[in-house]
Amino acid sequence: MDYEITILRHKKGSDRSYYQTFAYTSEGNENIAAVLDRINRPSMTDIGGEPAEPVRWECSCLQKKCGACAMVINGIPCLACDRKISDCPAKFTIEPLRKFPVVEDLIVDRSSMMDELRSLNVWLSGEARSSDDNMTCYEASVCLQCGCCLEVCPNFCAGGEFAGMSAAVPMTRLLLEMDNKQGKELASSYVRNIFEGCGKSLACRDICPAGIDIDKMLINSNAVAVWRRNKHKVVKK
Amino acid sequence: MDRINIAGAGIAGLSAAIALAEKGIPSLLISVQPSERAQSVMAEGGINACLDTMGEHDTVEEHFRDTMKGGVFIADEDAVRSLTSHAPEMIDFLERIGVPFNRENGHVIQRNFGGQKKKRTAFARSSTGKIIMSALIDEVRRYEAAGLVRRLCHHNVTGIDIRRTDSGLSCEGLWLCDTYTDRMYYSRGHVIAAWGGMNGLFPGHTTGTAANTGRLTADVFLRGVTLSDLEFIQYHPTTVDIGSKRLLLTEAARGEGGKLFIERDRKPWYFMEELYPESGSLSPRDVVSREMYRVCQRDDCKPPVYLDMRMIDKPTWESKLSDLRSWIIYHLGTDPVKEPVAVSPGIHFFMGGIDVDKRHRTDAVGLYAAGECACQYHGANRLGGNSLLGALWGGRQAAYTAAEETGECENGEPAAVGESEGFDVTAYDAGAAEMCGILVSGLGIVRDEQTMRSALDRLDGFADAHRDDPLHAGAVLGQAMLLSALARRESRGAHSRSDHPQRDDERFGRRTYCRYKDGKIQIQI
Repeated sequence: MDYEITILRHKKGSDRSYYQTFAYTSEGNENIAAVLDRINRPSMTDIGGEPAEPVRWECSCLQKKCGACAMVINGIPCLACDRKISDCPAKFTIEPLRKFPVVEDLIVDRSSMMDELRSLNVWLSGEARSSDDNMTCYEASVCLQCGCCLEVCPNFCAGGEFAGMSAAVPMTRLLLEMDNKQGKELASSYVRNIFEGCGKSLACRDICPAGIDIDKMLINSNAVAVWRRNKHKVVKK
Repeated sequence: MDRINIAGAGIAGLSAAIALAEKGIPSLLISVQPSERAQSVMAEGGINACLDTMGEHDTVEEHFRDTMKGGVFIADEDAVRSLTSHAPEMIDFLERIGVPFNRENGHVIQRNFGGQKKKRTAFARSSTGKIIMSALIDEVRRYEAAGLVRRLCHHNVTGIDIRRTDSGLSCEGLWLCDTYTDRMYYSRGHVIAAWGGMNGLFPGHTTGTAANTGRLTADVFLRGVTLSDLEFIQYHPTTVDIGSKRLLLTEAARGEGGKLFIERDRKPWYFMEELYPESGSLSPRDVVSREMYRVCQRDDCKPPVYLDMRMIDKPTWESKLSDLRSWIIYHLGTDPVKEPVAVSPGIHFFMGGIDVDKRHRTDAVGLYAAGECACQYHGANRLGGNSLLGALWGGRQAAYTAAEETGECENGEPAAVGESEGFDVTAYDAGAAEMCGILVSGLGIVRDEQTMRSALDRLDGFADAHRDDPLHAGAVLGQAMLLSALARRESRGAHSRSDHPQRDDERFGRRTYCRYKDGKIQIQI
C-alpha cells in the first residue's frame, strides 16, 4: 500500500519547524520505527523529488521496552515501534512530542522528566520492605519514562507544579515499599505535586505504551500518601 | 578525591556509580540516552544466585561449576568464584533497594534456566532487567541529589584518551559530545567502560539495541588495549525476525516447560528431549542453537524449528510469563497458549570484549571495564541469568578497584574542546549493513576455514575502502573477530567449527588475546 507521510521537521539550532512529506510504499505490516529507517536512505528525496536530509529520531530497544521512540503519530502520542503502518490512514503525520523542547526533527529533550523526579525526592529512604504481594510495585516499575502520558494530560505543562503520571508511577512503588515515617518526604511531594494537581481527566489511562493501570497506581498512592494508611499493600483492584 | 568517569548507564554503569557513591567517591555518569533506554532493560528471564529457596539443596559451588562448565572451562576461575559467591549478596542488595522479585512464603522464588540443574534464577515475571533497572535508577537518583553522581545524558563518549608511556598504556580521560548541541568536551580522570556489547557490528541481526555500537571497544583496541575471546558470539536459540531486529523469546519459556520441535515425517520431533534426555530444551544456549542448526540441515526434517509452549499451565503464564505472552501476540499475531511459535537462533550476547583481570582492570592503567563490553565470567558460552549478575557484580568490582587506584587531586569540570563535525548517517548505516553481511557470512553458528577466510578477504577490502571514514574502526574490530575465530582451530562453546569439530584443551583451553600494534592485528591463544 502507498502512503504519504508528513513529518514535522526541525533543524538543530533552528527556531522554526516545517512539514515535509515523503512517499512510502509499505511492505506489509511494519511498524513506524521500521518505516523511518527505510525512509532514511542515501540520496533520499521528499514527495516532490527534492533532496531531503535524514529524519532524526531516537530509538533503542525497538520492542516497546525502553520508551526512546515516543512521538506523535497521526495525532496520538505513542512509540514508533508500537504503531503499525497498517493501522494508519493513507495520509498521516508524524510529529515530535509537544510538551518538551525540540532538539532536532522528532528528538525532544525530555530531561525535565528526570529533573522533576530528582527535585521531588523520588528514591527510597532506608531499606525497602519486601512483600510476596508486590504486583503493584512490579507494575509501577515498568514505567518507560517515555512522556506519552504527559502529552495528553490537560493539567501538565513543563515547569509547572503538577509533575504528571511519569512521576506518580515511580512514586507508587516507593511509597508502597516504605513505612509512613520513611516515606514522609516523598508523600509530601506526592500530595503537593501529584494529588493536588491531577484534575482526574485520566486522559493518560489509555495512552500508556506499557499498559500501566493508572487508576491502580493512583488508588494505592493516594491511600498511602494522602490518607496515610499504614498498610504495606493498601488496595487491591 | 578524583571524580571517576563512567561511560555507559546500563546496569554495569549504575552499579559502579552506586558502589563509588557508597564510598563517597563522585562519578560522572555519561550516556547517549537515559538509563531507561539502556539495553539492560531488555533482559527478561532473571538473575542467578544460589539462594536455595526451592528446596533443592543448591550450593554456591554448583553455581560456580555450572558457570565454568557452561563456559567450557576457559573463564577465569577466581573471577567466577568471586561472582558466584557474592551473587546472594547481590540479590539481597536488590531486595533492599526494592526490586519486586516474584516471591512466595516470604522468599524470592527461582526458576530453571539453561545449563543449570537447580532452580537458581530469581526473576520479576518476564521483565527482570527492566524491574532491576528501575530500582537502580531510583537508587542512583538519591546519590545524584547528594551530589555524588552527576549524570550527563544525551552525551556521546567519542573516544578514550589512552597514551603510551614508558611503563605501558595509561588512560587519562575521555572525550564526549553533547548530542543536543554538538559541543565537545574533555573529562580528565579514570574511566570505567560500561558501554555494552558490539551489536552495532550486526545491525538488524541482534536481540539487543543497535545503540550499543561497539565503536568505543574498537576505539580502545586501536589505541592498544587488549581484547579477548572475540570469537565467542552467543546465538540465542529462540529469537524471531521482526524486520528491524530480532525479538527474543526468553529462555524462561523453556525454563517453565516450553519445548522445541521440528517437523519430521509429518510429525513434531522434540529433538532436544531425544538428543539430550537430561537437560532437553533447557540445555546451554550454544548446545541448543547448534542442534537447531543441525536438524534444519537434515533431509528428513522440515524447517523451521518451533517453540511449543502449549503445555505451560495458566497460573504460570499469569504469574511468571504474562509479558512474554502479550509480546508474542503483539509482535507475531500468535497466541503461544494455543499455537507453537517458529523460532531461529539470533545473535544475543558477546562473551568477548575488553580483556580485564579479576578486578576488572584492563591493560591501560586507569581504564576498567564491566558488563557486556568486558570479557569476564562467561568463557566460551554465557549461561542465561549470569549476564545481569555479571554486570551488577562487575560494575561494583570495577568501582572498588578504581576507587583504590584513583588519585587525590581534583579533576574539575569537563573542559570544552570545540564542536563535533558530524558525519553522513545514511552512508554510515548503508556501510554498516554491508559490513554486517560480511561478518554474518563468516561468523555463523557453525564455521569453517573457507567461509571465514572468504569473509576476511572481503572485510579486508571493505576496511581499505573505508580507511578514512567512521566505519574503519568497526571494520578492524570485525577483522579481529574473524582472525580470533580462525586461530581457534577447535570447537568450544559458541565457537563451533565443522572443520575442527573436537575440543582441544591442550592447544586451546584458554583465552584468545587480540592486540593491535603497528597497524597489525596480533592473535595469541
